[in-house]
Amino acid sequence: MSGPRWLIAPAVVGLALIVLPLVALIAKLDWTSVPAAIVSPEAVSALSLSLVTAAAATVVCIVLGVPLALLIARTTSRAAGVLRAVVTLPLVLPPLVGGIALLFLLGRTGLVGASLDAVGIRIPFTTGAVVIAQSFVAMPFLVIAVEGAFRTAGVRYEQVAATLGASRWTTFRRVTLPLVGPSLVAGIVLCFARALGEFGATALFAGNQQGVTRTMPLAIYTSFNGGGVGQDTAIALSLLLVVVAVLVLLAMRSWREDVGL
Amino acid sequence: MSASAEDSDSSLVVDVLARRGAFALEVALQAAAGHVLAVLGPNGAGKSTLLDIVVGRLRPERGGVHIGVRVLSDARSGIHIEPEHRRVGLLNQAPSLFPHLTALENVAFGPRAAGASRHDARADATRLLAAVGLLGYEDRRPARLSGGQQQRVALARALAARPDVLLLDEPFSALDVTTAGDMRMLTAETLRDSATTAVIVTHDVVDALSLADDCVVLDAGRVVDGGRIDRVLGMPRSPFVAALAGMNFLAGTFLGGGLLRTDDGRMLRGRESEPLRAGERAFAAFAPSSVGIARDNDGSRVEGESRLDAVVDQWERSVGGVHVRLVGALGADLKPAEFAALGLRRGEPVVLHVPATAVSVYSADGDASATR
Repeated sequence: MSGPRWLIAPAVVGLALIVLPLVALIAKLDWTSVPAAIVSPEAVSALSLSLVTAAAATVVCIVLGVPLALLIARTTSRAAGVLRAVVTLPLVLPPLVGGIALLFLLGRTGLVGASLDAVGIRIPFTTGAVVIAQSFVAMPFLVIAVEGAFRTAGVRYEQVAATLGASRWTTFRRVTLPLVGPSLVAGIVLCFARALGEFGATALFAGNQQGVTRTMPLAIYTSFNGGGVGQDTAIALSLLLVVVAVLVLLAMRSWREDVGL
Repeated sequence: MSASAEDSDSSLVVDVLARRGAFALEVALQAAAGHVLAVLGPNGAGKSTLLDIVVGRLRPERGGVHIGVRVLSDARSGIHIEPEHRRVGLLNQAPSLFPHLTALENVAFGPRAAGASRHDARADATRLLAAVGLLGYEDRRPARLSGGQQQRVALARALAARPDVLLLDEPFSALDVTTAGDMRMLTAETLRDSATTAVIVTHDVVDALSLADDCVVLDAGRVVDGGRIDRVLGMPRSPFVAALAGMNFLAGTFLGGGLLRTDDGRMLRGRESEPLRAGERAFAAFAPSSVGIARDNDGSRVEGESRLDAVVDQWERSVGGVHVRLVGALGADLKPAEFAALGLRRGEPVVLHVPATAVSVYSADGDASATR
């Protein structure tokens, strides 16, 4: 390690701050109750809802976020600075605030929600609301990762493709996107992981109804507060969520090694 | 392909005024179908602006760009064909191969984009990779090819897209001397064999000599000279072209009888390369190898030889000798023994002996030959 030797001390403390809570979580675990807890209908329902909604939110983020990232990367530096700050907002905003904001936009009396309500569309407290809340908080992870890669790749290869007669769509599909492939995958993984752990915005905007909006984080919160089962279940479910998150990260690692990054 | 070249439907005609910031480019030039035109010019002359006009990245303010009867840009009617629909290829100084594609996939990119089947595109690409001597490298990614190999793939890729006109922008300047030589020969042969209409932008006279028949000289956004390369280099009309041609260059007034009075008042005798009127503005050019250097002006006169006073600036190695640079952009090539015998010092006054038979005197008014 370069730099002053004493830097090792804060580094170790920093690592401990991340690792020790997880160690404590596992230490507290009553292993005999784990199997029952994770195959309970509540757990299975929460996990499958989480996976489905997080996957849906990730798709939303890809479809909307990649074009947004390209727009930011190709606009003037002044406009890019403003757009980047706006896109980063959900990252620095408390998710609870995001949930309230979504309610004011799409709630029954909200800015847009009132008109939707008039034609019979109600978004809050549905599974759709979960996906919207997750997309709101996860979008910055994808946009920031991909935007940087678009900017680094520049327009050089796109201009070459044009002189070879490739249409803009062909160029985007066969040149622009593959060039940012590794960053896109990293962005997707971070986006999915963030959507999976989303709690605050979901709780306010989508509620906590089992099978409809009670994702893993909400199930953990519910059981921790003694809603029916108890803290052991909460701990077991937490462990399950940690395992899923670690698996996602490992999958990305092995993919990156596959393509030689 | 040569048949279609004869139809002259792939001749490139550029006649534009274009602006980029404070810089204005106003040029008219033509590359004949199946032929290569060299565009020579110092840095900042407007070469890259010209390329952007032809590629379609910049709209002309006046005039237009045509390939045969096809309109690529026309300021009056507002027509501006997008780069991807121009059938104008570009080979840059940097190969810019797509890093995520193999050599073969890079070359097949153009045909695939034009709608060729995977099989046909690959067959096309294989044929072109063979033409640039890279059979056996089909599956290599660019990162595993040398700089010269990458530029060969880039050439094959540009030709695979079957452009009507291929633009070459300093295509060999990033390569080492030997590789550049190979690549230059390969490019010349490939362009000749495919009868591709091409424009090469360069400040390397060897590029122009190897690839092109005709050239235009750009300076400060305007065409200052043009025509057959041997004529342009043989009778340079600007210090830039004279330097490219490796010639000594003096401007002055023609006095008649082969005599030129230079702008700084020196007298130079030469051969009239074209008919000249006494009193007309004229240029003189002569090769550094034809010049002798003496240390003192002994006052003697030799029939048919001019004497020019000069001051030694510095010297450098030349092929088989020493090139002595003199103040005022003149030069003399000496054999090493001659140089040693003179024992020149910097700042020393010397006399140049210039045989009249080695000096070409011609009109400064190059318009007559530049407009072809």
